[in-house]
Amino acid sequence: MRNELLTLIEKNSRISLTELSVLLGVKEVEIAEELAKLEQEGIICGYHTLINWDKTSIEKVTALIEVKVTPQRGQGFDRIAERIYNYPEVKSVYLISGGYDLLVTLEEKTLKEIASFVSDKLSTLESVLSTATHFILKKYKDHGTVFDKKRDDEREVISP
Amino acid sequence: MTKPLSKMVEEIKPSGIRKFFDLVSEMKDAISLGVGEPDFDTPWHIRDEGIFALEKGKTFYTSNAGLKELREEISNYLNRRLELNYNPNKEILVTVGGSEAIDVGLRALINPEDEVIIPQPSYVSYEPCAILAGAKPVIINLKAENEFRLTADELKNVITDKTKILILPYPNNPTGAVMERSNLEEIANIIIENDIYVMSDEIYAELTYKDKHVSIASLEGMKERTILINGFSKAYAMTGWRLGYACAPENIIKQMTKIHQFAIMCAPTTSQYAAIEALKKGDDDVKEMRTAYNQRRRFLMNAFKEMGLDCFEPFGAFYVFPCIKEFGMTSEEFATRFLEEEKVAVVPGNAFGNSGEGFVRISYAYSLDNLKTAIGRLKNFVNRLRELKP
Repeated sequence: MRNELLTLIEKNSRISLTELSVLLGVKEVEIAEELAKLEQEGIICGYHTLINWDKTSIEKVTALIEVKVTPQRGQGFDRIAERIYNYPEVKSVYLISGGYDLLVTLEEKTLKEIASFVSDKLSTLESVLSTATHFILKKYKDHGTVFDKKRDDEREVISP
Repeated sequence: MTKPLSKMVEEIKPSGIRKFFDLVSEMKDAISLGVGEPDFDTPWHIRDEGIFALEKGKTFYTSNAGLKELREEISNYLNRRLELNYNPNKEILVTVGGSEAIDVGLRALINPEDEVIIPQPSYVSYEPCAILAGAKPVIINLKAENEFRLTADELKNVITDKTKILILPYPNNPTGAVMERSNLEEIANIIIENDIYVMSDEIYAELTYKDKHVSIASLEGMKERTILINGFSKAYAMTGWRLGYACAPENIIKQMTKIHQFAIMCAPTTSQYAAIEALKKGDDDVKEMRTAYNQRRRFLMNAFKEMGLDCFEPFGAFYVFPCIKEFGMTSEEFATRFLEEEKVAVVPGNAFGNSGEGFVRISYAYSLDNLKTAIGRLKNFVNRLRELKP
């Protein structure tokens, strides 16, 4: 039940207990208990809303920044990752295999703000060796959801 | 021209669904719950293999029986999922959908006057295909009180000296009924005792929601007398690719291949390459779709319970088959009025045989959002009918 429950609320965090109970064929109390457990265990970390900001009047610029760092003795990449993720404008930090170490997603109002974050805050961190900044021009798909795509049902209306 | 057309064909009634189709098509903003195909797109990696096959110029005929690699994968798959052992070189024929396999299988077996037993409600093409093959169809009217399973007694009652084949359509379209192992064992005993063949249409084998599907061919003494029909349409959401297959003893496949060779040549090459990918890497996709169908099934069963609408719980395919007898209308009247008054299309149960009268088929190959809207309207409709009733 756990995996099916997670898959359902990952797609729709506003789904009600009643509906979950119907879809999973499990009693509401049991689902409420399971959800509480999942939160406690840190498996469910938040309930977010997927917003296509491009359609609003709010200006937002998102950048993906590749960061090369020197890992620190005894702490590996964790210490430097923490230094970076503590900034609220940093939306995500991933440790990555391959040509660089950390992938940082940054969200700001303007290009200038991103530039200054990179040059003033990020590059000046002691263990950061280099950075490469990529700006996102258009989001086609995010969190498994395709933006701006509503397809009609092309099937024959009745078929045997 | 004045010379008459084929009398046999002219006497075949057009599908009962056709009439209703025309009615629904005229209504622009109707919600349909009437389709018999998945709402999912074919998983991308499968489509991608089809595209790749085209890019590489794999655009020629394949061997009549189908690509060897595909037959080998079918054999592996049947072994992995249904505990069946079929020799890919001699016992598998790749066809244009399961429908071709039904047609060719019947034609390969039937002599004039042979009787074909067809349990109904069931898929619309068994009866006409049997007639076109020269057989006499013998209908068993399945009962709601048996949850539309075929019982040993029902079968015994219709067997004669002329009985040649039993068509076994489970998991069932339109009722969603499944046959459990114990049910199949009873049927198998009678089949063996009377020395008849079985055509087991297992196109919905992957879509069961309680126990794993059991193929009658996997029971002792049954493989040698079974034509197993399966395909890619329902399990992998590949209806438009038109690809299915038949598995049977070598002597039957040999005769079927002859008909297939002269009438069809081979199944579409692009589809065959895509299907190899489906069988190799599609298990997870099937699982994901099955989970989604099951959630919708639970949603519908719960909604019917709340409405007080009589419906047995079906554990297969993607249909529910509620009873509408309480409203004192025929299935067609109910479906027509529901369409006109609430703009939702369901299929009258009698389109699948006389024993479907008093029921309608509701497909859950639709998104939950769609189903919610449609069921909301069904609730309105049902409430209104009940209020009007004296």
